[in-house]
Amino acid sequence: MSNAISGGKNAAEATWIEEWVIPRFKEAQKNAGREVDVIFEAQGVDDEDYKTKTALDFQSGKGADVVSLDGIWIGEYAQADYIKPLDDVAGAVAGSWDGWTQIPEAIQGAASFEGKRYGVPQGADGRVIYYNKTLFEKAGLPADWQPTSWDDILSAARAIKDKVADVVPLQLNAGTAMGEATSMQGLLPMLMGTGQHLWADGAWAGDTQGMRQVLDLYKTIYVDEGLGDPILQQEASGRDTSFQEFAAGRIAILFEGDYFWRSVINPAEGVGTAPMADRDTVVGYAKIPARRPGAGINGQDYVSMSGGTARVLNPNSADPELAWELLAFMNSVEAFEARAAGTLSISPRDDVNAKLLASDPMLSFVSEHVLPITAYRPGLAEYPEVSVLLQQTTLDVVMGTGIDDVMRSYVPGLEGVVGADAVTSGN
Amino acid sequence: MPVAKTTQTSPRAQRPRGCDEDVAGLGGGRALLFVAPALTLIALFLLFPAVWTIYLGLTNYRLTGLAASATDVVGADNYLTTLRDPSFWNSLRVTVLFVALSGVVGQSLMGFSLAWSVRRLGGWARTALESVVLAAWVIPGSVVSFLWIALLDRREGTLNALLHMPGKAWLIEHPLAVIIIFNIWCGTAFSMQLFSSALSAVPPSQLESSRMAGASGWQQLRDVVLPTIRGHILTNTLMITLWTFNTFTPYLLTAGGPGRRTEIMSVYIYKTAIPGGHLGRGAALSVLMLLINLVIALAYMRVGRSRR
Repeated sequence: MSNAISGGKNAAEATWIEEWVIPRFKEAQKNAGREVDVIFEAQGVDDEDYKTKTALDFQSGKGADVVSLDGIWIGEYAQADYIKPLDDVAGAVAGSWDGWTQIPEAIQGAASFEGKRYGVPQGADGRVIYYNKTLFEKAGLPADWQPTSWDDILSAARAIKDKVADVVPLQLNAGTAMGEATSMQGLLPMLMGTGQHLWADGAWAGDTQGMRQVLDLYKTIYVDEGLGDPILQQEASGRDTSFQEFAAGRIAILFEGDYFWRSVINPAEGVGTAPMADRDTVVGYAKIPARRPGAGINGQDYVSMSGGTARVLNPNSADPELAWELLAFMNSVEAFEARAAGTLSISPRDDVNAKLLASDPMLSFVSEHVLPITAYRPGLAEYPEVSVLLQQTTLDVVMGTGIDDVMRSYVPGLEGVVGADAVTSGN
Repeated sequence: MPVAKTTQTSPRAQRPRGCDEDVAGLGGGRALLFVAPALTLIALFLLFPAVWTIYLGLTNYRLTGLAASATDVVGADNYLTTLRDPSFWNSLRVTVLFVALSGVVGQSLMGFSLAWSVRRLGGWARTALESVVLAAWVIPGSVVSFLWIALLDRREGTLNALLHMPGKAWLIEHPLAVIIIFNIWCGTAFSMQLFSSALSAVPPSQLESSRMAGASGWQQLRDVVLPTIRGHILTNTLMITLWTFNTFTPYLLTAGGPGRRTEIMSVYIYKTAIPGGHLGRGAALSVLMLLINLVIALAYMRVGRSRR
């Protein structure tokens, strides 16, 4: 099961599973003298709903044999005993798989929990700034744009606001309606840009200078200067709408993951939900700058956040060895090559990336320049709840609440989730 | 055969007085056997879930994480947390407003006015009007909400096109008003049907004589019609209050947002239990909601009895 469906969300993945994985796997099994049947359980829903669906599947002892999960859920699913380490489910054959040597340790970590592999990572991703070159040209901004500070971003947005009518200059995801997108593409990369980790040395960021600087940035964009559209951030389907609006040339600057490029606005037939025929010429991309050069985590000039999905084995599977064979098959070099024929994405395998990424400058850019500076979300079971609190803080700011008041409800909420002694404030 | 006969006669012999009450002549054991299927179904689908919900409400049961595999009984913690949670009080306030305005006032008044105004209509005109109103009730909520989203959409919505108000975000700027009107629209058919049949039960002779006595339309309504259909009004209000209190359909329109501005209680419970993962707290909230429902029902029944 995967949150992918033909003609909808992650259509390229659905097509790949239906038209390549299933027939080829059946064929390979037939050659080995076995008759197997593979069913693809397609889903095309919001990530939050997909999470509920999979959790309930596991809990009731049902569900598909191979399930695609967001890497950040691995910890809570493992703690709930919904999933088990690959070696426990499929046996030693999973541990001795030759593919592991091609997947870097850090990327394996995205599908691991407490030092054990629970799944095979499906790829790596990174966050960038997308901008519309046509709108930039109208505003007298360079087509080849790379901001080096938050001020650079704001001044570009101000230029768009002054010179181009009927356009939203800048969308930085905010609010609870956007779900995890607010954390990954909004608050967290900005927080990294202030040099502050969300979680470090056993404590979460409470009322810190970094948090205040980020919320102040939101206030500048949405409340003080009207550079972003605060209503869009509150709409129930705001994220999809922001995709449509960017594709229609009505949003100038948008913060998103590389998923946006390779899936949402991909002009290839039947891939994107908001395809842009002129994507390659009109859409520019740049690294996300720290607040000021050198102000980011580890003294970085630029920052990013990474996540990525993984495929796990269902411990309730009737035939776990066969399920592992399917999973390994889906992560073979040939499988990634076939997947890339639909839409290219950054694979977890070094051998595949070396061969394929050169054909897509955007993904090469992410692979070469963004992944080395990226950061990961804390792989702790509390994270999803903390993330919801972070989304709420941005929503409050966007709706006009003062930052002091926002902090007065954020900090007790955070203490309620992680305990008062695991919260840092001040700094 | 003889065996069957003894079983039939023996309880009667033991309880001679029971004959008067045992109209069907089955005897206690057989009677029990007859209702056993129904009792089993009730136990399985009503009693067990209710008791299970009460039990879950006393635990820290979660959808994922450690508490999903090792659930602890936490006693009244869920209830105390809920009562301290400002969003619970927010949802209660929103729910009371929503029920009062959309259900008690909106649907009842609207339904009665419609029933009153079509009572003299006959033939196709009445059928057509009733069909239109009923359609709103019969179409599935998911379809209806999609139509309403298309109507209210900020960019290409029908309403904005009609009013020449491009860019007006109804669902963001007036979310509570929108779901109130939406719910009136969805539910008025029931009140209309109920009042229609109630009005047809008002004796024409009484109306006739009051008209002869020179009573105006309003006076006829107040002095003849309303006293006659008082029982119907009470039933209607009770049903509508409970339905509106428990409805979930507004979620399809606003998802409880923006923020928490349309988070009625059913939505609050859903958000706590399913996306939020706090199944234990969700169960506790369901128990609270059940209690509120009981209080409403008892209050109405009390009013009904005192009027009689």
